[in-house]
Amino acid sequence: MPKTLFEKIWDTHVVAQPPDSPAVLYIDLHLIHEVTSPQAFTSLRERGMKVRRPDKTVATMDHSIPTHAPSLPIADPLAAAQIRQMEINASEFGLRLYSMNSLQRGIVHVIGPELGFTQPGMTIVCGDSHTATHGAFGSLAFGIGTSEVEHVLATQCLLQRKPKTCEVRVDGLLPKGVTAKDIILALIAQIGVGGGTGHVFEYTGSAILAMNMEERMTVCNMSIEGGARAGMVAPDDTTFEYLHGREFAPQGAAWDRAVARWKMLPSDDGAVYDQTITLDASELEPMITFGTNPGMGIKITGLVPEPAAIAEASQKAALEKALAYMGLQPGSPLLGRQVDVVFIGSCTNGRLSDLRQAAGLMKGRRVAAGTRVLVVPGSQEVKKRAEAEGLDRIFKEAGAEWREAGCSMCIAMNGDQLAPGQYAVSTSNRNFEGRQGKGGRTFIASPLTAAAAAITGKVTDARSMV
Amino acid sequence: MAQFTTLTSRMLPLVVNNIDTDQIIPARFLKATDKKGMGEALFADWRYNTDGSPNPDFALNQSIYQGAQILLAGDNFGCGSSREHAPWALTGFGFRAVISTSFADIFRNNALKNGLLPIEVDARMHRILFELNEETPGAEITVDLASQMIQLPGSRSASFAIDNFSKTCLLNGVDELGYILGFAEKIAEYEDKAAT
Ligand code: SF4
Repeated sequence: MPKTLFEKIWDTHVVAQPPDSPAVLYIDLHLIHEVTSPQAFTSLRERGMKVRRPDKTVATMDHSIPTHAPSLPIADPLAAAQIRQMEINASEFGLRLYSMNSLQRGIVHVIGPELGFTQPGMTIVCGDSHTATHGAFGSLAFGIGTSEVEHVLATQCLLQRKPKTCEVRVDGLLPKGVTAKDIILALIAQIGVGGGTGHVFEYTGSAILAMNMEERMTVCNMSIEGGARAGMVAPDDTTFEYLHGREFAPQGAAWDRAVARWKMLPSDDGAVYDQTITLDASELEPMITFGTNPGMGIKITGLVPEPAAIAEASQKAALEKALAYMGLQPGSPLLGRQVDVVFIGSCTNGRLSDLRQAAGLMKGRRVAAGTRVLVVPGSQEVKKRAEAEGLDRIFKEAGAEWREAGCSMCIAMNGDQLAPGQYAVSTSNRNFEGRQGKGGRTFIASPLTAAAAAITGKVTDARSMV
Repeated sequence: MAQFTTLTSRMLPLVVNNIDTDQIIPARFLKATDKKGMGEALFADWRYNTDGSPNPDFALNQSIYQGAQILLAGDNFGCGSSREHAPWALTGFGFRAVISTSFADIFRNNALKNGLLPIEVDARMHRILFELNEETPGAEITVDLASQMIQLPGSRSASFAIDNFSKTCLLNGVDELGYILGFAEKIAEYEDKAAT
């Protein structure tokens, strides 16, 4: 029987499938970070257990680390303790750790692919919902809780119920100034934040095939914002080219064998998905969110929706609550609204091609007076390569802050945050109340849209500037 | 893990759809390295005013709902991050069950591992429960996991779905890690095969 990409990976990783119970699923790569792992290690210690496969475990620090000069001591004692604990846990349990001063440190979902840990056909988990990012390589990658982090550390396995599959087919040519971020924001606006619950997305179609790996990662990254735990793209030559020669990718004859294996992964002709959603890339415009969940998105030229137009009481109340928090009038345009802060970074859009896009627009221009612009590379490697190309100079000359790698204002755990009431255009993935600082208001958009807002100090259609 | 068998409690209503994990526990409270004290931070940004005083309009601060062990929430509860701090905050505060029309996948998994029962009801029952609470704030209901029934005052009741495995684990307080370790031989076999 023809199988989907998901089914091929699932079937080869089931260790046991007891009747009427979840499968025992084998995990090929376990990524950990400082925030969701400490309690798992404590529990391992209490049980007197070891990490079963330290060789399949990789740790980094990203969420709570400061992004100013790395040599400075960490001001927040809680963050400092958490980071120290990650160091202790990694050394006690014998795990590879990209620590504070490592040149390869970065956001977990940026360094996994960058170092070649992330490979097609793997099962990959991390105590972080944006693990979906790694699915861009044709792996089954999803976020887990801390109890499950402990399970994987101890057994290299997880109990999993088989999810359903959903094909997200994106055909057509993206218009100029419209990006991968706009595709995923448009999808989520269409299906809502619960739309993919219980499903794994497989992105197919000519628009996806035409993307480079970084763009595919942007799309897969936000699968979780559509409710799907995982998003995947079938591996192809673009995937293999990206991986070839990376530090932890197979080398030599092992590489050739791996590629032969990976070529068997794409969904077979005639494979059946539980559901299919289609999107026409050629009809898309730049997208931006107006509300307090990622499903509340509109075309940048659009108007803030009117609660009065919604019949269902709880949905109407949700929209009213969101608009009150955001301080927005129903029926008003977002274009032209003043922006206090622009954040360019995160595991969604903190890679080299994202920074290139933003720098391309900002080159030779000045950041608007009164607007603060933070550019935070997704990893120290991204930072290094951006500097080698001179992108840092473009940002700094324009008047933006150029930072060390980390999650930064995506989650506002490290001191980079909005003040109450401030508006931000952010290339991150979540606009929940308080996500970027208590009382802060987030418009999620692409790096191009963020760069345009940086220059004008307002929500701006970047198509008029590229 | 804490067992869950039956529970009789008042419900604390939160008529908000898509309550995300950043609302359940904001990220700035995730810097702890243990699970203790998370209940204090539950719904922190809704529950406390900017000066740190309790917001009297928020249900969690209202005397009628003190001691409530059941959270009655709007549609699609728990979307967003994978933080298990969300169920730790809920159970730390004293909740043992959350009722909604649907749950985000990761939240559901995390809840089940912490003896917190996610109860998925249909839209009709969801409305009835909110109405019950409006008519009689603080009205008690009984949840019986073995029979998968919710009992309302009077003779009204409703059934809810839960998969057998999760149900057995909750009823018996099964430790999932212990359960997976029971497959140690199979795991070793799998690894041997994968290595060749
Ligand atoms: S960049 Fe943001 S979404 Fe990504 S891992 Fe860090 S905190 Fe999570």
